[in-house]
Amino acid sequence: MEFSDEQVTRYSRHILLPEVGGKGQKKIAKSRILIVGAGGLGSPAAFYLAAAGVGTIGLIDSDAVDLSNLQRQVIHQTTDLGRPKVLSAKEKINALNPDVEVVTYEDRFTSKNALELVAKYDVVIDGVDNFPAKFLINDACFFADKPLVHGGILRFDGRVTTIVPRKSACYRCVFKHPPPPGLVASCQEAGVIGVLAGIIGTIQATEALKLVLGIGRPLTDRMLDFDARRTAFREIRTRKNPHCPLCGEHPTITELFDHEPETCAVNVTSGAS
Amino acid sequence: MHVKINGKSEEVQGATILDLLKAKNIDPHMVAVELNSAMLERDRLATTPVKEGDQVEFLFYMGGGR
Ligand SMILES: [Zn+2]
Repeated sequence: MEFSDEQVTRYSRHILLPEVGGKGQKKIAKSRILIVGAGGLGSPAAFYLAAAGVGTIGLIDSDAVDLSNLQRQVIHQTTDLGRPKVLSAKEKINALNPDVEVVTYEDRFTSKNALELVAKYDVVIDGVDNFPAKFLINDACFFADKPLVHGGILRFDGRVTTIVPRKSACYRCVFKHPPPPGLVASCQEAGVIGVLAGIIGTIQATEALKLVLGIGRPLTDRMLDFDARRTAFREIRTRKNPHCPLCGEHPTITELFDHEPETCAVNVTSGAS
Repeated sequence: MHVKINGKSEEVQGATILDLLKAKNIDPHMVAVELNSAMLERDRLATTPVKEGDQVEFLFYMGGGR
C-alpha cells in the first residue's frame, strides 16, 4: 500500500513524528476500530480517528438524533434531527476524510451480535451510556481478545481506562457487576457538562491510536479520572483481580449475556447509544 | 489515625473499612473499594480493619457516555 501525494500531505503532521512516520501511518490506514455508541464519547472519538486516517471505523447505535443530544454529541447537527445517528456520523466522517471506510450498524449492541461484531475489529471504544452495555462490551472484548478503551462521563466527572484482556485489569476486576437498579444515576437522568464528552472521547481516541501504533504506555491497570470542576486528573492504579468473575482464577462468567436493562426515570431506551 | 482516601490524607475514626464508608454516608453498593492497590471484596468491608497509612480508594460507578 502506497500513499498518494495528497495523502502524504494530509497526514504529514503524523508522518513527521518519529514514533509514527510513514510506517505508522500505514498501520493507522490498515486499522479497524469499532465505536459502540455514536453519541457523546463516540462523536469526538470518531472525528479524530477519521482525521487520523483510520482505515475502517465501525459504528453501532440504534438511536436517532434528538435535540437534547446536540449539547455534546458534536458529530450531529441541527439538520440531522430525527435521522439515524450512525448515518449522520458516517456523513460527517466521510466529509472530513473520504479515505475512511465507515461501516454502520443501526442496531443495539447485545449478547447476540456483540462477539461477531467485536471480532471484526482491532480495537473497541466504549461510547455507551448505560451499565448493562458497558459490562457487555467488556465481556465481548474479553472473549474476542480485543483491546478496549473504556470511557464514562457523569455530571462533571469523566473516566478513561484501557483494557487489554488477560494482560491487564478488566472492568469487572474493579466493578464486578452493574450497580443495583436506581442507585446510581446515568447521564440521561443526571445531566452532564457537554465538553466532558470531548475531553474523555478524545483521550479514548488517543489510546486507540497508541494501541494501533504500538507506541507509548497504554492506560492499562490505571483509571484516569477527570474532575471538570477542579480541572484535575487523578490516576488510580488497578490490577487484575484474582476474584474477577470474568478474567479471574475461578470465572463464573463463561459466555456473553445481557444484564437487565436499567430502569430510568426519564428515558427507558438502552443499548448502544 | 491517618489514611489516604481517594488521594487525600484524612484523620479518621473507625475500626473497619465499612466504618469509613458509613462516616461518609456512602452506600457500599455504590462503590468498588480498593485497599492498598488491591480490590477489596464487598463482603470483607465489615471485617477488614483500617490501619495507619492505608490507601483507600472509593471508586464510584460512572455510567454515562452518550
Ligand atoms: Zn477481570
